[in-house]
Amino acid sequence: MSAGAAAPARRERALSEALFRYVLRLADTSLVLGQRLGEWVGHGPALEEDLALANLALDLIGQARLLLTYAGEVEGEGRDEDALAFSRDAPEFLNLTLAEQPNGDFAHTIVRQWLIDCWQLEIYADLAASADERLAAIAAKALKETRYHHRFSSGWLARLGDGTAESRSRTQAALDSLWRFSAELFAADEVDERMAAAGIAAPLAPAAERWRIRAAADLQAATLALPAPQPYPWHGKRGVHTEHLGHLLGEMQHLQRAYPGVRW
Amino acid sequence: MGDPSGGAAPADWPLYEVFIRSRSGLEHKHVGSLHAADARMAVEHARDVYTRRQEGVSIWVVRSADIVASDPADAEALFEPARDKVYRHPTFYAIPDEVKNL
Repeated sequence: MSAGAAAPARRERALSEALFRYVLRLADTSLVLGQRLGEWVGHGPALEEDLALANLALDLIGQARLLLTYAGEVEGEGRDEDALAFSRDAPEFLNLTLAEQPNGDFAHTIVRQWLIDCWQLEIYADLAASADERLAAIAAKALKETRYHHRFSSGWLARLGDGTAESRSRTQAALDSLWRFSAELFAADEVDERMAAAGIAAPLAPAAERWRIRAAADLQAATLALPAPQPYPWHGKRGVHTEHLGHLLGEMQHLQRAYPGVRW
Repeated sequence: MGDPSGGAAPADWPLYEVFIRSRSGLEHKHVGSLHAADARMAVEHARDVYTRRQEGVSIWVVRSADIVASDPADAEALFEPARDKVYRHPTFYAIPDEVKNL
Protein backbone atom coordinates (compact mmCIF):
# COMPACT_ATOMS: atom_id res chain seq x y z
CA MET A 1 0.00 0.00 0.00
CA SER A 2 1.34 3.43 -0.85
CA ALA A 3 1.96 6.02 1.87
CA GLY A 4 -0.88 8.13 0.44
CA ALA A 5 -3.46 5.37 0.94
CA ALA A 6 -2.12 4.20 4.31
CA ALA A 7 -2.77 7.46 6.14
CA PRO A 8 -6.55 7.59 5.56
CA ALA A 9 -6.82 3.89 6.44
CA ARG A 10 -4.94 4.53 9.66
CA ARG A 11 -7.19 7.48 10.49
CA GLU A 12 -10.26 5.40 9.85
CA ARG A 13 -9.00 2.62 12.08
CA ALA A 14 -8.23 5.11 14.85
CA LEU A 15 -11.71 6.58 14.54
CA SER A 16 -13.29 3.15 14.65
CA GLU A 17 -11.30 2.24 17.77
CA ALA A 18 -12.33 5.48 19.44
CA LEU A 19 -15.97 4.85 18.49
CA PHE A 20 -15.74 1.35 19.99
CA ARG A 21 -14.48 2.78 23.27
CA TYR A 22 -17.00 5.61 23.22
CA VAL A 23 -19.96 3.26 22.72
CA LEU A 24 -18.62 0.90 25.39
CA ARG A 25 -18.54 3.77 27.90
CA LEU A 26 -22.21 4.48 27.32
CA ALA A 27 -23.10 0.79 27.27
CA ASP A 28 -21.14 -0.14 30.38
CA THR A 29 -22.51 2.78 32.38
CA SER A 30 -26.06 1.63 31.61
CA LEU A 31 -25.24 -2.03 32.19
CA VAL A 32 -23.47 -1.53 35.52
CA LEU A 33 -26.09 0.88 36.84
CA GLY A 34 -28.84 -1.51 35.72
CA GLN A 35 -27.13 -4.37 37.54
CA ARG A 36 -26.85 -2.23 40.68
CA LEU A 37 -30.54 -1.36 40.58
CA GLY A 38 -31.34 -5.04 40.11
CA GLU A 39 -29.79 -5.67 43.53
CA TRP A 40 -32.76 -3.83 45.04
CA VAL A 41 -35.26 -6.39 43.75
CA GLY A 42 -36.88 -7.98 46.77
CA HIS A 43 -35.34 -5.37 49.08
CA GLY A 44 -37.12 -2.14 48.08
CA PRO A 45 -38.59 0.05 50.80
CA ALA A 46 -42.05 -0.69 49.38
CA LEU A 47 -43.41 -3.12 46.81
CA GLU A 48 -44.12 -0.20 44.50
CA GLU A 49 -40.53 1.08 44.75
CA ASP A 50 -39.22 -2.40 44.15
CA LEU A 51 -41.07 -2.43 40.83
CA ALA A 52 -40.03 1.13 40.00
CA LEU A 53 -36.33 0.37 40.50
CA ALA A 54 -36.65 -2.87 38.52
CA ASN A 55 -38.25 -0.91 35.69
CA LEU A 56 -35.36 1.52 35.63
CA ALA A 57 -32.95 -1.41 35.64
CA LEU A 58 -34.68 -3.02 32.67
CA ASP A 59 -34.62 0.22 30.69
CA LEU A 60 -30.90 0.58 31.38
CA ILE A 61 -30.10 -3.02 30.51
CA GLY A 62 -32.12 -2.58 27.31
CA GLN A 63 -29.96 0.42 26.42
CA ALA A 64 -26.84 -1.56 27.25
CA ARG A 65 -27.92 -4.40 24.94
CA LEU A 66 -28.40 -2.08 21.95
CA LEU A 67 -25.14 -0.29 22.64
CA LEU A 68 -23.08 -3.43 23.28
CA THR A 69 -24.40 -5.02 20.09
CA TYR A 70 -23.35 -1.92 18.17
CA ALA A 71 -19.97 -1.82 19.92
CA GLY A 72 -19.37 -5.42 18.91
CA GLU A 73 -20.16 -4.57 15.29
CA VAL A 74 -17.86 -1.55 15.34
CA GLU A 75 -15.08 -3.69 16.79
CA GLY A 76 -15.57 -6.32 14.09
CA GLU A 77 -14.10 -9.19 16.11
CA GLY A 78 -17.34 -11.15 16.26
CA ARG A 79 -18.18 -10.30 19.88
CA ASP A 80 -21.91 -9.98 20.55
CA GLU A 81 -23.68 -8.27 23.47
CA ASP A 82 -23.31 -11.33 25.71
CA ALA A 83 -19.61 -11.75 24.97
CA LEU A 84 -19.03 -8.10 25.83
CA ALA A 85 -21.19 -8.13 28.94
CA PHE A 86 -20.11 -11.43 30.45
CA SER A 87 -16.59 -12.12 29.22
CA ARG A 88 -14.73 -8.90 29.91
CA ASP A 89 -12.81 -8.25 33.12
CA ALA A 90 -13.10 -5.09 35.18
CA PRO A 91 -10.23 -3.17 33.51
CA GLU A 92 -11.99 -3.65 30.15
CA PHE A 93 -15.19 -2.07 31.49
CA LEU A 94 -15.37 1.62 30.64
CA ASN A 95 -18.36 2.72 32.73
CA LEU A 96 -18.39 5.91 34.73
CA THR A 97 -17.01 5.29 38.21
CA LEU A 98 -20.23 6.68 39.68
CA ALA A 99 -22.34 3.89 38.17
CA GLU A 100 -20.51 1.11 40.02
CA GLN A 101 -20.80 2.69 43.49
CA PRO A 102 -22.73 0.48 45.93
CA ASN A 103 -26.45 1.01 46.53
CA GLY A 104 -25.91 2.13 50.12
CA ASP A 105 -29.16 3.30 51.63
CA PHE A 106 -32.10 4.44 49.49
CA ALA A 107 -30.78 8.02 49.50
CA HIS A 108 -27.46 6.87 47.99
CA THR A 109 -29.30 4.95 45.29
CA ILE A 110 -31.48 7.95 44.47
CA VAL A 111 -28.61 10.45 44.40
CA ARG A 112 -26.50 8.16 42.20
CA GLN A 113 -29.47 7.64 39.89
CA TRP A 114 -30.27 11.32 39.73
CA LEU A 115 -26.67 12.33 38.91
CA ILE A 116 -26.52 9.81 36.07
CA ASP A 117 -30.04 10.63 34.85
CA CYS A 118 -29.05 14.29 34.53
CA TRP A 119 -25.91 13.23 32.65
CA GLN A 120 -27.76 10.87 30.31
CA LEU A 121 -30.38 13.52 29.58
CA GLU A 122 -27.71 15.78 28.11
CA ILE A 123 -25.62 13.08 26.45
CA TYR A 124 -28.57 11.35 24.80
CA ALA A 125 -30.15 14.64 23.72
CA ASP A 126 -26.93 15.54 21.89
CA LEU A 127 -26.46 12.03 20.52
CA ALA A 128 -29.98 11.99 19.09
CA ALA A 129 -28.59 14.45 16.51
CA SER A 130 -25.42 12.42 15.91
CA ALA A 131 -23.95 11.93 12.44
CA ASP A 132 -23.86 8.25 13.42
CA GLU A 133 -27.40 7.12 12.58
CA ARG A 134 -27.26 4.01 14.71
CA LEU A 135 -26.22 5.95 17.79
CA ALA A 136 -28.80 8.64 17.02
CA ALA A 137 -31.59 6.05 16.93
CA ILE A 138 -30.47 4.38 20.17
CA ALA A 139 -30.15 7.77 21.88
CA ALA A 140 -33.60 8.90 20.73
CA LYS A 141 -35.14 5.78 22.28
CA ALA A 142 -33.06 6.02 25.45
CA LEU A 143 -33.85 9.70 25.87
CA LYS A 144 -37.56 8.94 26.36
CA GLU A 145 -36.71 6.42 29.05
CA THR A 146 -34.26 8.77 30.68
CA ARG A 147 -36.82 11.56 30.90
CA TYR A 148 -38.91 9.24 33.03
CA HIS A 149 -35.89 8.15 35.08
CA HIS A 150 -35.08 11.77 35.86
CA ARG A 151 -38.68 12.46 36.77
CA PHE A 152 -38.50 9.55 39.20
CA SER A 153 -35.12 10.39 40.73
CA SER A 154 -35.61 14.16 40.97
CA GLY A 155 -39.02 13.55 42.56
CA TRP A 156 -37.43 11.36 45.20
CA LEU A 157 -34.55 13.79 45.64
CA ALA A 158 -37.04 16.54 46.52
CA ARG A 159 -39.12 14.23 48.69
CA LEU A 160 -36.10 13.08 50.68
CA GLY A 161 -34.23 16.38 50.75
CA ASP A 162 -37.30 18.35 51.74
CA GLY A 163 -38.64 15.54 53.93
CA THR A 164 -37.88 14.60 57.51
CA ALA A 165 -34.71 15.57 59.39
CA GLU A 166 -33.40 12.04 58.92
CA SER A 167 -34.19 11.76 55.20
CA ARG A 168 -32.64 15.17 54.67
CA SER A 169 -29.40 14.40 56.49
CA ARG A 170 -29.06 11.01 54.77
CA THR A 171 -29.63 12.53 51.35
CA GLN A 172 -27.19 15.37 51.92
CA ALA A 173 -24.66 12.79 53.16
CA ALA A 174 -25.20 10.70 50.00
CA LEU A 175 -24.79 13.80 47.85
CA ASP A 176 -21.62 14.84 49.65
CA SER A 177 -20.14 11.37 49.34
CA LEU A 178 -21.06 10.75 45.66
CA TRP A 179 -20.37 14.24 44.37
CA ARG A 180 -16.66 13.48 44.01
CA PHE A 181 -17.49 11.13 41.14
CA SER A 182 -19.42 13.78 39.23
CA ALA A 183 -16.37 15.54 37.78
CA GLU A 184 -15.76 12.49 35.60
CA LEU A 185 -19.14 12.86 33.87
CA PHE A 186 -17.98 15.64 31.58
CA ALA A 187 -14.19 15.30 31.71
CA ALA A 188 -13.33 15.01 28.02
CA ASP A 189 -10.37 12.93 26.89
CA GLU A 190 -9.00 12.04 23.45
CA VAL A 191 -11.89 9.66 22.74
CA ASP A 192 -14.48 12.36 23.40
CA GLU A 193 -12.51 14.85 21.35
CA ARG A 194 -12.23 12.48 18.43
CA MET A 195 -15.99 11.80 18.57
CA ALA A 196 -16.73 15.52 18.65
CA ALA A 197 -14.38 16.19 15.72
CA ALA A 198 -16.14 13.48 13.70
CA GLY A 199 -19.60 14.89 14.47
CA ILE A 200 -20.55 11.67 16.26
CA ALA A 201 -20.85 13.24 19.71
CA ALA A 202 -21.26 16.87 20.68
CA PRO A 203 -18.49 18.66 22.60
CA LEU A 204 -18.94 18.00 26.32
CA ALA A 205 -18.52 21.56 27.63
CA PRO A 206 -21.98 22.89 26.64
CA ALA A 207 -23.62 19.69 27.95
CA ALA A 208 -21.73 20.13 31.22
CA GLU A 209 -23.07 23.65 31.56
CA ARG A 210 -26.66 22.49 30.97
CA TRP A 211 -26.07 19.68 33.48
CA ARG A 212 -24.88 22.14 36.11
CA ILE A 213 -27.95 24.33 35.62
CA ARG A 214 -30.35 21.40 35.88
CA ALA A 215 -28.54 19.91 38.87
CA ALA A 216 -28.57 23.23 40.71
CA ALA A 217 -32.29 23.67 40.05
CA ASP A 218 -33.12 20.14 41.21
CA LEU A 219 -31.01 20.59 44.35
CA GLN A 220 -32.71 23.87 45.10
CA ALA A 221 -36.12 22.22 44.78
CA ALA A 222 -34.87 19.55 47.16
CA THR A 223 -33.50 22.22 49.55
CA LEU A 224 -30.12 20.45 49.44
CA ALA A 225 -26.75 22.17 49.44
CA LEU A 226 -24.62 21.99 46.30
CA PRO A 227 -21.30 20.41 47.33
CA ALA A 228 -18.06 22.18 46.46
CA PRO A 229 -16.41 21.12 43.19
CA GLN A 230 -14.09 18.16 43.70
CA PRO A 231 -10.83 17.39 41.93
CA TYR A 232 -10.98 14.71 39.26
CA PRO A 233 -9.19 11.53 40.28
CA TRP A 234 -11.65 9.02 38.76
CA HIS A 235 -11.00 7.13 35.57
CA GLY A 236 -13.74 4.54 35.21
CA LYS A 237 -14.21 5.46 31.59
CA ARG A 238 -10.54 4.63 31.03
CA GLY A 239 -10.92 1.25 32.73
CA VAL A 240 -9.52 2.22 36.13
CA HIS A 241 -12.17 1.33 38.68
CA THR A 242 -12.94 1.38 42.38
CA GLU A 243 -12.87 -1.98 44.13
CA HIS A 244 -16.67 -2.22 43.85
CA LEU A 245 -16.81 -3.10 40.15
CA GLY A 246 -15.00 -6.42 40.55
CA HIS A 247 -17.55 -7.63 43.09
CA LEU A 248 -20.43 -6.53 40.89
CA LEU A 249 -19.00 -8.35 37.87
CA GLY A 250 -18.31 -11.43 39.99
CA GLU A 251 -22.03 -11.74 40.61
CA MET A 252 -23.19 -10.59 37.18
CA GLN A 253 -20.83 -12.83 35.23
CA HIS A 254 -20.88 -15.86 37.51
CA LEU A 255 -23.16 -18.03 35.40
CA GLN A 256 -21.42 -17.35 32.08
CA ARG A 257 -18.02 -17.84 33.71
CA ALA A 258 -19.03 -21.12 35.33
CA TYR A 259 -20.86 -22.45 32.26
CA PRO A 260 -19.47 -20.59 29.23
CA GLY A 261 -22.01 -20.20 26.45
CA VAL A 262 -24.88 -21.55 28.53
CA ARG A 263 -28.35 -20.64 27.23
CA TRP A 264 -31.83 -21.07 28.64
CA MET B 1 -27.96 -2.57 51.51
CA GLY B 2 -29.90 0.00 53.41
CA ASP B 3 -32.67 -0.76 55.81
CA PRO B 4 -35.34 -2.56 53.85
CA SER B 5 -38.60 -2.78 55.71
CA GLY B 6 -39.65 -6.07 54.21
CA GLY B 7 -41.51 -4.84 51.15
CA ALA B 8 -44.56 -3.38 52.86
CA ALA B 9 -45.31 0.27 52.12
CA PRO B 10 -44.58 2.59 55.03
CA ALA B 11 -47.62 2.78 57.25
CA ASP B 12 -48.10 6.49 56.66
CA TRP B 13 -48.33 6.19 52.87
CA PRO B 14 -51.97 6.69 51.91
CA LEU B 15 -53.80 4.37 49.55
CA TYR B 16 -54.63 5.56 46.02
CA GLU B 17 -57.12 4.08 43.58
CA VAL B 18 -55.80 3.80 40.04
CA PHE B 19 -57.78 4.31 36.83
CA ILE B 20 -56.29 3.58 33.42
CA ARG B 21 -57.54 4.61 29.99
CA SER B 22 -56.50 1.78 27.73
CA ARG B 23 -56.68 3.87 24.55
CA SER B 24 -57.94 7.20 23.34
CA GLY B 25 -61.71 7.40 23.22
CA LEU B 26 -62.29 4.81 25.90
CA GLU B 27 -63.12 5.64 29.49
CA HIS B 28 -60.74 5.30 32.42
CA LYS B 29 -61.29 2.02 34.23
CA HIS B 30 -60.49 1.14 37.78
CA VAL B 31 -57.59 -1.31 37.78
CA GLY B 32 -56.51 -1.48 41.42
CA SER B 33 -54.87 0.46 44.17
CA LEU B 34 -51.42 1.20 45.55
CA HIS B 35 -49.61 3.09 48.26
CA ALA B 36 -47.70 6.32 47.63
CA ALA B 37 -46.44 9.21 49.69
CA ASP B 38 -47.96 11.85 47.42
CA ALA B 39 -49.98 12.26 44.23
CA ARG B 40 -46.96 12.53 41.94
CA MET B 41 -45.51 9.33 43.34
CA ALA B 42 -48.89 7.66 42.95
CA VAL B 43 -48.95 8.43 39.21
CA GLU B 44 -45.40 7.13 38.83
CA HIS B 45 -46.16 3.98 40.80
CA ALA B 46 -49.30 3.44 38.74
CA ARG B 47 -47.21 3.76 35.59
CA ASP B 48 -44.75 1.18 36.89
CA VAL B 49 -47.28 -1.22 38.37
CA TYR B 50 -50.19 -1.04 35.92
CA THR B 51 -48.87 0.07 32.51
CA ARG B 52 -45.77 -2.10 32.18
CA ARG B 53 -47.34 -4.03 29.33
CA GLN B 54 -48.67 -1.04 27.42
CA GLU B 55 -52.05 -1.25 29.13
CA GLY B 56 -52.72 2.45 28.98
CA VAL B 57 -52.39 5.92 27.54
CA SER B 58 -53.64 7.87 30.54
CA ILE B 59 -53.61 7.46 34.31
CA TRP B 60 -55.85 8.88 36.99
CA VAL B 61 -55.14 8.39 40.67
CA VAL B 62 -57.52 9.32 43.47
CA ARG B 63 -56.88 9.06 47.15
CA SER B 64 -59.04 6.21 48.37
CA ALA B 65 -60.05 8.31 51.36
CA ASP B 66 -61.51 10.91 49.00
CA ILE B 67 -63.94 8.49 47.40
CA VAL B 68 -67.47 8.75 48.76
CA ALA B 69 -69.06 5.32 48.58
CA SER B 70 -72.55 3.99 49.09
CA ASP B 71 -73.15 2.07 52.28
CA PRO B 72 -73.68 -1.67 51.72
CA ALA B 73 -76.36 -1.50 54.41
CA ASP B 74 -78.36 0.79 52.13
CA ALA B 75 -78.32 -1.70 49.28
CA GLU B 76 -81.98 -2.65 49.66
CA ALA B 77 -83.17 0.93 49.52
CA LEU B 78 -80.80 1.95 46.78
CA PHE B 79 -80.92 -0.94 44.35
CA GLU B 80 -83.92 -3.18 44.91
CA PRO B 81 -86.51 -0.69 43.65
CA ALA B 82 -84.97 -1.07 40.18
CA ARG B 83 -85.48 -4.82 40.19
CA ASP B 84 -89.07 -4.90 38.93
CA LYS B 85 -88.57 -2.25 36.25
CA VAL B 86 -87.30 -4.42 33.45
CA TYR B 87 -88.84 -2.03 30.92
CA ARG B 88 -85.87 0.26 31.56
CA HIS B 89 -83.62 -2.18 29.73
CA PRO B 90 -83.44 -1.39 26.03
CA THR B 91 -84.16 -5.00 25.17
CA PHE B 92 -87.59 -4.56 23.62
CA TYR B 93 -86.32 -3.32 20.30
CA ALA B 94 -85.15 -5.28 17.29
CA ILE B 95 -81.67 -4.01 16.44
CA PRO B 96 -81.04 -3.70 12.71
CA ASP B 97 -78.07 -5.75 11.52
CA GLU B 98 -76.30 -2.65 10.20
CA VAL B 99 -76.03 -1.20 13.68
CA LYS B 100 -72.87 -2.30 15.38
CA ASN B 101 -71.37 -1.63 18.76
CA LEU B 102 -74.67 -1.01 20.47
